[in-house]
Parts: sequence; C-alpha cells; structure tokens
Amino acid sequence: MKILVAIKQVLERDAQVRVAADGRSIDEGDAAWTINEPDAYALEEALQLKEREGAGEVVVLCAGPERAASTIREALAKGADRAIHIVTEEEGPGSLAGRDTLGVAALLADAAKNESPDLILTGLQSDDLGAGQTGVVMAELLGVPHATLILQVERIGNGLRVKRELEGGWYQHVEMPLPALLTIQSGGNRLRYATLMGIKKAKSKETRALEAGVAAAAVAEIAKVYPPERVKRTEMLTGSAVQIAAQIVEKLTFEVKVL
Amino acid sequence: MSGSGVLVVVEQRGGDGGWNRMSFEALAAGQALAAELGVACSAALVGVADVIAPLAAELAGKKIKTVWAMDHPLLEQYTPDAWCVALEQLIAEVQPQYVVFPHTYQVRDFAPALATRLKQVLISDVTAIRHDAATGPVFVRQWMQGKLNANYRHSGDGVCLVSVQAGTFRADSVEAGTAELKSFSPTLDASQIRTVPGAPFREAAQMVDLTAAPVIVSVGRGIGEQDNLGIVEELAHALGAELAASRPICDNGWLPMERQVGSSGQTVAPKLYLAVGISGAIQHLVGMKGAKTILAINKDPDAPIFEIADIGVVGDLFEIVPALTKAIGEAKQQ
Ligand SMILES: Cc1cc2nc3c(=O)[nH]c(=O)nc-3n(C[C@H](O)[C@H](O)[C@H](O)COP(=O)(O)OP(=O)(O)OC[C@H]3O[C@@H](n4cnc5c(N)ncnc54)[C@H](O)[C@@H]3O)c2cc1C
Ligand SMILES: Nc1ncnc2c1ncn2[C@@H]1O[C@H](COP(=O)(O)O)[C@@H](O)[C@H]1O
Repeated sequence: MKILVAIKQVLERDAQVRVAADGRSIDEGDAAWTINEPDAYALEEALQLKEREGAGEVVVLCAGPERAASTIREALAKGADRAIHIVTEEEGPGSLAGRDTLGVAALLADAAKNESPDLILTGLQSDDLGAGQTGVVMAELLGVPHATLILQVERIGNGLRVKRELEGGWYQHVEMPLPALLTIQSGGNRLRYATLMGIKKAKSKETRALEAGVAAAAVAEIAKVYPPERVKRTEMLTGSAVQIAAQIVEKLTFEVKVL
Repeated sequence: MSGSGVLVVVEQRGGDGGWNRMSFEALAAGQALAAELGVACSAALVGVADVIAPLAAELAGKKIKTVWAMDHPLLEQYTPDAWCVALEQLIAEVQPQYVVFPHTYQVRDFAPALATRLKQVLISDVTAIRHDAATGPVFVRQWMQGKLNANYRHSGDGVCLVSVQAGTFRADSVEAGTAELKSFSPTLDASQIRTVPGAPFREAAQMVDLTAAPVIVSVGRGIGEQDNLGIVEELAHALGAELAASRPICDNGWLPMERQVGSSGQTVAPKLYLAVGISGAIQHLVGMKGAKTILAINKDPDAPIFEIADIGVVGDLFEIVPALTKAIGEAKQQ
C-alpha cells in the first residue's frame, strides 16, 4: 500500500506568540518549529500499517517555506521512505498564510494526484490555525471517500475498517473502499522516536521540491489577528509556594468546603 | 450576495436520536446573526422521518421562519456523503446567505466537504460574531489553541458557511416563536454513499466514573514526564480526590483513557476541579467548566484556563503542588 501523509510544520508548543507587523499573521521571529501533533500520529499510523503489511511505501507531503525542511527530515528519520516538499514563499500572497484552507488543500491535492496513493492520512487539526478541515477538503477535491477523527486503521479485503472517535467517550467503526483519506486523531498509537540509524538513513532519502502554484483569492479572509481580551474573574494568589499553599488550604476549608 | 437569510443546520445524536444540545447554541447564533442583518432565520433537520418529526415539532415553537425536515431512508445513519448530497440540495432550494452549524464532531466530518462542493471555505469553530455595518459580519476564530484571536470575513457573493464553538452562544437564549414546518425529500442514491458506518459503541466497562466525584485533581502536559505523576497523585490522595487528566496524558498512556476529561472523554461537575499544568483548550474546558470551583495552577499567566478559573496560581507546579500537599496534610492533622 502506498500511503501519503500530510504533515504541517507549526510553532513549538511553548513558543511565545506575537502578532506580526501586518496585523494579520503570526510573527515568526526566531521561533522554534515542530511537527503538528496529530500529524505525528498520522505518520505513526502509516509506518505501523506498512510494517504490518510488510510492504508498501510511506511518503510525507508538506507545504511550507524552506524552514519546513527540518520537520520533513525528522519524518524521514522516523521511517518515512521519501518526501514531497511544496515550497511556499515566506510571506505575501504566495505564502501559506496568503492561502485559505481551500488554497492549501488544493496545493496538497495536486501533489497527491500525481502520486496516486492508496491511502492519504492527515492530522485532524493544525495546532496553529485549528481549522480542522484540510484533510476533508483534500478528499473532496480528489473525489475519494474520507473519515475523520480516526484512532485505528485496519485493512479488510480491498478496503479499510477504521475506528472513529465520537463525542463523550463513544466510538464507531466505519468501512470504506480504497483509495481513501483519513484524518487522524491523537492517541491511537504510541509515537516512536527517531533512532540514530534512522537519522543517518534519512540523509540519503529523496525529498522532491515542488513549486507552489499561484494562490487563488481567499474566500475566507483574515482581517485582523490580536491577543484575546482576557475576561479575568480569577482571584490570583501570590507569594511563596508555602504562602500560596496556606491560602489555598484556607479557601478549600472555608469557601469551597472540601477540607 | 446572491442568497438571503440564515439557515441553521441542527443535529440529533446517532444513538437514541435525541438532540445534540449544541444545536441550540447554533440556533442562538443563527437567530442573533439574522436579527442583526434584518433577515429571517430558518433551521434544517436531516434524518429519517420518525426520528426528526418530534424534533421538528419542538423547533416549531422557536422564532424560526421555516423548519426544514429533510428526510430520506438513506439518512437513517450519518454518513458524510449522504449529508453533503442532501444539504447541497437544500441549500440550492432555500438559497441562504449564511449557513450556521454547531461545531460538532459530525460537522467536522462533512461540512468542509460540503463547503468545497459549493466552492466555499467553512469558517470553523467560531467563538464570536461581530457586526460591522461597512463590511458585514466578522467571525472570530481562535489561533494557537486560544493564544490569539483572528477575525475572518467571507468574501465573494457565494453562501457563507460557519460553525460555532461549543459554549460560546447560549442555548437558553434561543427565542421562542412559531415556525412553519416544511418537508424536503432530497434525491439520494445508495451508490453515492461510499462509507459504511457502524453503530456507536463505548469501550468495554468503564471502571472509573469521574462524574460523581466531588473533588477532582486533573493533570496536564505541564507535568512533563510520567515519572512526575507521583506529586499529583499525592495531592489527590491528600484531598481524597479522583485523579483525572487532559488528553495528552492519556494519549501518552501515562493514565488510562477513562480518566480523560473533555469533549472526547468525561464531562464532570465536581465541587472542586484542581487543574495542574493544563492550558485550557476548548476541548478540555467543555468537560469541566460546570465545576463549582475551578482552581488552576499554571506557569503561563496568559493560559486560557485562567479565563474560567475562580482561583488561579501563576507558578511552577513542581513547587506549588508539593507545598500544597504538605499544607493539606498539616491542616488535616489539626
Ligand atoms: C477533536 C478534538 C478532541 C479533543 N478532545 C480532548 C479531550 O477530551 N480532553 C482534552 O483534555 N483535550 C482534548 N483535545 C486536545 C486539546 O485540544 C488540547 O490539545 C489539550 O487539552 C491540551 O492539553 P494540556 O492542557 O494538558 O497541554 P498543553 O496545551 O500543552 O498545556 C500544558 C500547560 O502546562 C503549563 N505548564 C508547563 N510547565 C509547567 C510547570 N512547570 N508548572 C505549571 N504549569 C506548567 C503550560 O503553561 C501549559 O499551559 C481534543 C482536541 C481535538 C481536536
Ligand atoms: N501546509 C500543510 N502541509 C501539509 N499538511 C498540511 C498543511 N496544512 C494542513 N495540513 C494537514 O491538514 C491537517 C488539518 O489542518 P487544518 O485544516 O489547518 O486544521 C493537518 O493536521 C495536516 O495533516
């Protein structure tokens, strides 16, 4: 089975986020970057599927500027066979930020089409934009069936049986033919680390660079980005750890009445 | 704009066919948007007649122009294909300017594809709708899991699709009134449905019921490593509390899934919810915001958890938690 995994590079979780000078994007400054968390689970699922079948290919697909190369390298070190990097501009209309979900999904879908994969995996949601849509839009553009919030993937006959997360601790199974697209939820597998051997091997693996086409006009336009006004009704406790602990005990005893 | 009016697509649960309560939040958002624009608000139900008829009857008592009951035997169980085909036809019939959805897991599954068919982009997980007479409505979305807000506008003259985040519009603010009921039978063929859904199920015997716990200590990614969990376990023990967690802790297998609180896990409402190293992402908040008192310990003063916490401590949990455990122990001795 040939499996394509869409991975996005996002800001490191603990990064300080500031609004860029244009007031409509994030200031990247000297931020640290990493793989979008659900995409790491999508990659893991793909690698395990390949290992279970004992054959096949895992190709990672990433749209982003030059800096995304570090995240692609990491995916190759974890075991992906090769990569496709759709290189976008750093900023302006040709950048990722200059495209809406449909624009980004179209970039990814065009590259996917040429590969004719049996299965495409994406993360269910990006940690930065949180649209939760790119995979589903890709499926629609490619004309393949999809399912979202997937925790487990099993091959049955010529198709798949997947476990889908529902709200409030419920699940369902969904069956579908291939080719198909799944958006992967975190937690279905344990993530692997890249081994030293993997890191060494990654150096000789192929990353094909594709030029990102011109962006279509965005349907969903970003007018302004800003830190939210915090509606704080929180009573903040301050002091040393010991002083804070004493204040909490006091509150738990007399106000919350749980002690 | 070519269309007119607001259409709210509401949702019933897959298992027993009762309401997904977020439907009423979407309805509240739709009514408010329609009022602001001076247009009518309608609603749509998708399913089979015997399931949606009682729900449609309930909506008939709301301030809605038309309740569209869209039924077809192939809509008995949710599939993204059937929902897209059916709703595309209803949208062609009704010609709304805005379509509003609750941002449920089901909507996540089909609405982006529906938007693509309509050559649109769903503006998803909206936390507020602001009105700007010059440019039309502005839809506020969260970036970076709530660290930033982004204002979105819909451009072009096509239909605008929006989904609203859980808890941002009040279900109890839905206005009462009277609505006309209309049924709509979409043209739908089994060959258009490519996926086969199974019935909803739960994992075998859930051993931990957090919903009845009066005190919960909940731990998040701020704990850093599995080996550090001991300090929160000791705190929970001192308080006689149940231990719960945010998703990443369960994803890593550090605590079992059944201790997860949030939209995919349990919904709890204890007297005290003590959140340790939890940022306060919306999917976590929906599971615990009903707690009577929320106490949050987080090193980041801007963490979204402080927007709903009653008592907050900005600091290092590795200092605060052991000190608190000790102080509680001492208080109990007295
Ligand atoms: C469809 C969907 C469903 C989901 N369902 C759920 C769900 O049911 N439950 C759930 O919880 N999540 C769920 N999530 C995930 C959710 O979006 C968040 O990613 C998750 O809740 C974050 O967990 P966290 O707060 O523990 O981690 P983070 O967001 O990483 O936050 C860690 C926090 O710890 C603080 N911290 C770090 N070190 C320290 C220290 N030394 N002392 C004090 N504080 C410290 C940091 O400042 C930070 O605020 C879901 C997501 C999606 C998309
Ligand atoms: N620029 C990108 N490159 C590769 N994959 C992406 C990109 N943007 C989004 N994706 C994929 O789409 C998923 C959902 O993203 P989003 O719709 O932004 O929430 C992510 O988890 C990725 O798998």
